[in-house]
Amino acid sequence: MSTVNIRINGLDFQAEAGENILKYTKDHEIPIPHLCFDQRLTPGGACRMCIVQIEGRPGVHTACTMNATEGLSIITENDEIRRLRKSTLELILSEHKTNCTSCDKEGACQLQDYAYEYGAAEDKFPSIVTKNSADNYTEGGIAISYDVEKCIRCMRCVKICAEVQQCEALTFMGRSGEAIVSTPFSMLLTDSSCEMCGQCLDTCPTGALYDKEAAGKGRVRKLKLTRTTCLYCGVGCQLDLNVNPQTGKLVKVTSEAGVIPNDGNTCVKGRFGFDFIHRDERLTTPLIREGDGFREASWDEAIELVAKKFSEIKKESGSDSLAGLSSAKSGNEDNYIMQKFIRSIVGTNNVDHCARLCHASTVTGLVRAFGSGAMTNSINEFSNTPVIFVIGSNTSECHPVMGIKIRKAVAEGKTTLIVADPRKISLTDTAHFHLQHKPGSDVALINAIMYTIIDEHLSDESFIRERTENYDSFREAVLKCPPEFAEKVTGVKAEDIRKVARAYAGAESASIVYSMGITQHTTGTDNVLSLANLAMLTGNVGKAFSGVNPLRGQNNVQGACDMGALPNVYPGYQNVAMPEIHAKFEKAWKTELSDKVGLTVVEIMDKARSKEVRGLYVVGENPVLSDPDSNEVLQGLKNLDFLVVQDLFLTETAELAHVVLPACSFAERDGTFTNTERRIQRYRRAVDPVGNSKPDWEIICSIANKMGASWAYFDVSEIMDEIALVTPIYGGINYRRIDDVGLQWPCVDNEHEGTAVLHKGKFTRGLGKFHAVNFMPQKELPDGDYPFILSTGRMLQHWHTGTMTRKSKVLDQIVPKSYLEINASDAGRLGIVTGEEISVSSRRGYICVDAKISERMAEGVVFLTFHFKESPANVLTIAALDPLAKIPEFKACAVKIAKL
Amino acid sequence: MTGVNLDPAKNILTRIEMSEKQTNGKIKAAYLIPLLQDIQESYGYLPREVLEYVSNFSGIALSRIFGVITFYEQFYLEPQGKHTIKCCRGTACHVKNGQKISDTISEVLKVNEGETTDDGVFTFETVACLGTCFLAPVMMIDDEYFGNLTSNEISKIIKRYKEGGTR
Repeated sequence: MSTVNIRINGLDFQAEAGENILKYTKDHEIPIPHLCFDQRLTPGGACRMCIVQIEGRPGVHTACTMNATEGLSIITENDEIRRLRKSTLELILSEHKTNCTSCDKEGACQLQDYAYEYGAAEDKFPSIVTKNSADNYTEGGIAISYDVEKCIRCMRCVKICAEVQQCEALTFMGRSGEAIVSTPFSMLLTDSSCEMCGQCLDTCPTGALYDKEAAGKGRVRKLKLTRTTCLYCGVGCQLDLNVNPQTGKLVKVTSEAGVIPNDGNTCVKGRFGFDFIHRDERLTTPLIREGDGFREASWDEAIELVAKKFSEIKKESGSDSLAGLSSAKSGNEDNYIMQKFIRSIVGTNNVDHCARLCHASTVTGLVRAFGSGAMTNSINEFSNTPVIFVIGSNTSECHPVMGIKIRKAVAEGKTTLIVADPRKISLTDTAHFHLQHKPGSDVALINAIMYTIIDEHLSDESFIRERTENYDSFREAVLKCPPEFAEKVTGVKAEDIRKVARAYAGAESASIVYSMGITQHTTGTDNVLSLANLAMLTGNVGKAFSGVNPLRGQNNVQGACDMGALPNVYPGYQNVAMPEIHAKFEKAWKTELSDKVGLTVVEIMDKARSKEVRGLYVVGENPVLSDPDSNEVLQGLKNLDFLVVQDLFLTETAELAHVVLPACSFAERDGTFTNTERRIQRYRRAVDPVGNSKPDWEIICSIANKMGASWAYFDVSEIMDEIALVTPIYGGINYRRIDDVGLQWPCVDNEHEGTAVLHKGKFTRGLGKFHAVNFMPQKELPDGDYPFILSTGRMLQHWHTGTMTRKSKVLDQIVPKSYLEINASDAGRLGIVTGEEISVSSRRGYICVDAKISERMAEGVVFLTFHFKESPANVLTIAALDPLAKIPEFKACAVKIAKL
Repeated sequence: MTGVNLDPAKNILTRIEMSEKQTNGKIKAAYLIPLLQDIQESYGYLPREVLEYVSNFSGIALSRIFGVITFYEQFYLEPQGKHTIKCCRGTACHVKNGQKISDTISEVLKVNEGETTDDGVFTFETVACLGTCFLAPVMMIDDEYFGNLTSNEISKIIKRYKEGGTR
């Protein structure tokens, strides 16, 4: 990019050649009015408000369609321009019903501001306002309202839906003065291709599009915005919580174009998923078990009881009879304090969290291959990656804002997209290749891809020679798996495997994206190692637009792992069994520590059943619904002598507790989350804590202090300072530095700018290590009794055990109940129709659920989400574990299906 | 919805040349108008079920298809009559009392402008100018012109078409 000299109002500036002039002036705070411009969209020059004069050229020109060229000289405002803008505004006002007195947008409306600034008259021209009619696409719908009388046809909603969200749910119906925004055939948004992201609400310059639930709850100009990090997936979108200071309630969620990493975009959960904050069911005071129920208690009494009971059990049965489950939903500081409490006060390494259930195999596999278990590259690279290979990740539903980046890159012709998934997930709609392999056959598929790469000499020889080791034994294993063999195991045609291999290996750089479809298998670690092999074989690690990129599911699952809420490592993946590390933490925490590796989630439940674990402290998790084989989990939890649950709600797990402690939600406190690209970002207090609820770290500190510690953190930033001291990869992190934009670890000291791409020049472990991986079938194969493979996962609109999302009015309206997705021919054979309640059973239990015939399923495979307690999927799943990572096989078990 | 035969649409879609397709096999949006014209030629109008199928097959969003259809007068979302009557309301016809012709057609057919008769035989439209001012006042039925009209003639002409005849 070259720099050019431009003049604006007689002043000299330098811009990049081709830079958009309106964006440039916005960034330099030179005011040019605009209504149809949004920096995320292709400029249209539709509203004519950004007209400027160019020196040496007659007439006026729109700044939004002008690019910086050498010598360009513009005047942004003079009497002539003002006069033209005024009459343009008057024309726009003739099609806009100015009922500002009752409009939510009053005082924060661009049109109103400009009308004032330019003295435009509302009634200069006769009104041609189109009346609202019954076939308005939002009439009778949910969440979003379109008031055609306020619409100025700027096209921002239509364009953001098409260009950014890639949904194309909206269009103009009709033409000229009669054109209105609509869906095809004016269908409801929920019947259209709309994903209810609400990007259209955010971009509308007037009050034409508004959030139905927010209407009347506070004028936009009076709302107080607090920048925070989204609580849902690992993308870590930056959101602005809009709170009405008078009511103290959250009114709506917005985001700002240009923010990292989401550029002002959100998904349906980020936009509409926060009703839970103000729900009456929130826990407001500690509860202590009394018979079959609970009684309310004071904090003092509850803390005292927990400390006494933990101390008793520790004295009677030793430290290892206690365990803690930390939370990937809580902040870094909470997780740090939790593991510090379990390790230094309780005296055991029995601390784990739900990362065990999602990416344990990622950590195990990638640490072995590369030396670090995190996503190697960064989210913004996905806008420009030549080849993206998505395997076992339903990106557009589970990491939606990441999904839209990929979809956009494909639509713009920048990316060749390869998807390997047993389901026709929505990404397959735009993919160049879809390999619909059988669940559990990933290793065979990837090995066959690598066979082709080796066979056709497409590998990166110099990368293999200089950066890796153990190539020969790996090669030997791969050569046992030609595409013809893989075809039998995976169900994917050998020729398709070859085509994909050529596309991936032939790219200048190619990126692998994966998620639970890879990790949640008994062969999870093998799957991850295979992907690492594939990346190294083609030299696609350690540079931009490449890498192996596990997408982390929870908002802070990366952070909870980083903070050492794992039984084998201290913060920063420092091994508990290594003497020098052990000594370092004994010194830092001024106490004796255990050097014995602790128990994992599933092992804790096993040991609870056998009474070897007697006391458990669960922070913000709901294992009754989230862990495999629920009946066994229930039995374990019921067997405990003392169960403490700390949560926002009385969850299915909390109902079994002896003491329940009310925690604040993320909107009521400060802290940090680490997103999937290793970026440590702030979340901030926007509303007051509900009732007597407290931040997790404060509660844990009180218990620790009651048990003899003397921890005194003035606020949460002091905890981060301590984290930075003991955690090398977080060494340069402090609240001042990440106030505006988060930093990506490793960030070793205060001068370090963070790391966008891992393993540049050298792997964390030195040389990248190839692993010989042979195909092994899943644990439980379908047979005559249980003929279907059940795969489980998430959907766009809901989250995990539904504790939060099912309390959102909008999300609950979109998907109120669970359904089992089944292929049409399977359903036909069983005589099952969509909407019919059926029974699904495995060797471990059975549930009832509605059937939904879906083109997305292959024959013999059915799919269920685990969000719904009425149809708990994990009653069916198998607690078979990956031998290394101890991750359960959520993605494949055998079930049978019957009519009721 | 009544079952519309998708086969003609499938035929049209499978005949589309590679040059009109993107690298992932989807059809280029620029080809949408000729595609819709072919489909309307085959069905007489653009049935919603067919459009939904076309959208799925082509990868062109239904909203975009709908936007294009509602933009252009040439596309119809409702079944059209067997015959289309176009009455001219251009300047020459106007001064020759074309409005009377238009009103008469409406009366005889018992439909308003833009509508189709219940028996599905006629669709009645008015157009800005048919370009045959020397024939004013003028109307067209399908490809035939009827010039120097008087309102008396109209019911006879319409009756002839209704009985299966033509001009």
